[in-house]
Amino acid sequence: MEALDRVVKPKTKRAKRFLEKREPKLKENTKNAMLIKGGNANITVTEVLKDIYAVKKPFAVLYRKKNITRPFEDQTSLEFFSKKSDCSLFLFGSHNKKRPNNLVIGRMFDYHVLDMIELGVEKFVSLKDVKNSKCPEGTKPMLIFAGDMFEVNEEYRRLKSLLIDFFRGPTVPSIRLAGLECVLHFTAVEGKIYMRSYKVLLKKSGCKIPRIELEEMGPSLDLVMRRTHLASDDLYKLSLKQPKALKPKKKKNISHDVFGTTYGRIHMQKQDLSKLQTRKMKGLKKRPAEKAAEDGGVSPKKSKSA
Amino acid sequence: VEEVLAAAEEQEAEKRRSITVEKELELEFDLGNLLALDRNPPAAAGLRGAGPQREALLRALARDNTQLLVARLWGLPAERAGGAGGPLVAQLPEPTFTLPREKRPPRPRPPTRWEQFARLKGIRKRKKTSLVWDEQAKEWRRRWGYRRAGGDPARAWLAEVPEGADPNEDQFARLRREKRERVARNEFNRLRNLARAHRAGTAGPAAPLHPTGHQSREELGHVARVARVSTASLGRFQPRLPKEPAEPPSRSGGRKRRFEPLLGNLAAERSRQLELLRDMGSKKPVLDITRAVNKQLRQEEAEAAAAKGKKQSKRGKRGRRQQRVGRSSKKSGG
Repeated sequence: MEALDRVVKPKTKRAKRFLEKREPKLKENTKNAMLIKGGNANITVTEVLKDIYAVKKPFAVLYRKKNITRPFEDQTSLEFFSKKSDCSLFLFGSHNKKRPNNLVIGRMFDYHVLDMIELGVEKFVSLKDVKNSKCPEGTKPMLIFAGDMFEVNEEYRRLKSLLIDFFRGPTVPSIRLAGLECVLHFTAVEGKIYMRSYKVLLKKSGCKIPRIELEEMGPSLDLVMRRTHLASDDLYKLSLKQPKALKPKKKKNISHDVFGTTYGRIHMQKQDLSKLQTRKMKGLKKRPAEKAAEDGGVSPKKSKSA
Repeated sequence: VEEVLAAAEEQEAEKRRSITVEKELELEFDLGNLLALDRNPPAAAGLRGAGPQREALLRALARDNTQLLVARLWGLPAERAGGAGGPLVAQLPEPTFTLPREKRPPRPRPPTRWEQFARLKGIRKRKKTSLVWDEQAKEWRRRWGYRRAGGDPARAWLAEVPEGADPNEDQFARLRREKRERVARNEFNRLRNLARAHRAGTAGPAAPLHPTGHQSREELGHVARVARVSTASLGRFQPRLPKEPAEPPSRSGGRKRRFEPLLGNLAAERSRQLELLRDMGSKKPVLDITRAVNKQLRQEEAEAAAAKGKKQSKRGKRGRRQQRVGRSSKKSGG
């Protein structure tokens, strides 16, 4: 369609800023997540979506209406939503007899679906049910993955990468040490994944590093993995490719040893070795007699020519 | 008895305050993402039974792992932000766990038509001063914009009639019209450059097909050529427009579609037939397998070397002159 071919020229500064925020950049924005309800979502699934929205605010959009789509069959509507709201992560909740309390977690690359993993919620404890104090909105959570399944199994590895991507939050250069309040702990054991969120209490200990006490807070989910739709290897590799400009510039003429010694290289110009400033040895100094002999040796030639 | 109790209490307090955690396998940390990966297989037996026991076990595991992670984080170089009384802030390193990007890495903007021309001619940009001396106002004025150096063009009360112009023509109207045309032309060129950049960025199909009425000149030519050739005799007997040039014989297919005239070079025909008989009669196969394989291997090696060399030289070469696509010679006559 020519409407999609034509370049949209922004007429206001605000529109221009809006478009600039969405175009591909060297250093990307924090990924937004869209939380979508399917045509037959039940209360559990809706509560899960609301809780995850609370954890992921402000980098999430919660769609209020039900959308009758099936992510595993047809991805066009998901891609359309992603393009409209500029979200590259999504969480789709639905419920039917065959797959009760279904959650499809996925991410996009270039507005096309990259990975999708379907998880079933077996047990869910909501934010409202746990009566303890909560973390303020927007804290960067600490993520911990326990269990060797996350390394061994390919699908679990992708799931780990997806969960890190989902819950990571903005990338910051420094962090306030007292503000590390939220921790999300994922355990993979016997085909199930337990997700728990805890509030971190820093207690006094003998030395500088505080002792940690955990308090249960926030949503806790017992998940089981169902279907997956993972990207092919080369597409995944393409999505992992970082532009060269982001690579740290290598400093020339500096090399490091195995032992940690740093070596530097200096390039010198050619030196005239006869004019080198060396240590003066008094014994080797030319005596006036020797000097005269040298001069004398030179002059007879001169007189001859004259 | 009191001593024993005191000792037990102290031990309890010590345990409560301890920050050491014992683990079989060391955890992997990615402090840039506040991430810790624990490879130890968790105690499956304890976690099987549902209920508070499982929660307690999970919480203990989480506590241990969080303790290790926080210990690492506290080990980072930290400083007090905002003076002596401010909060303790740690410098996080770059995240090491690679996550896929959201969108493709941005492509550099293709040069505009002027930039290509300037590069070809070797024209370099000259830095202009922001203020210009205005002789009339006797002060430094902007080069363009509000209160510019040349005086306000709207207030220009004199417009000279140039030589050879119609004396009845309105010069002010002419100046206004020319300005309007200039602005429109600039805007048009800017949008064209933008569209070219956008097209290069999205990398559409090699021959985009637009609906009729919105086709470009090249596309129409291409389509007309394809339509001509899609007859049973491959366009040889299609009527041509009065000024359209005749089809050059080189365009009529490849090697297999070239036909020699019937009564041409008799000697050539004879030599060709004898060669054919010779090849048919000889015992040696026409295709030397070893030579063919060697040739193929050499070609592949040369390609690999060229690709490597191109990658290296591409980084070094700057301001590479772009080839202007030859319009008329190759594509016309279709």
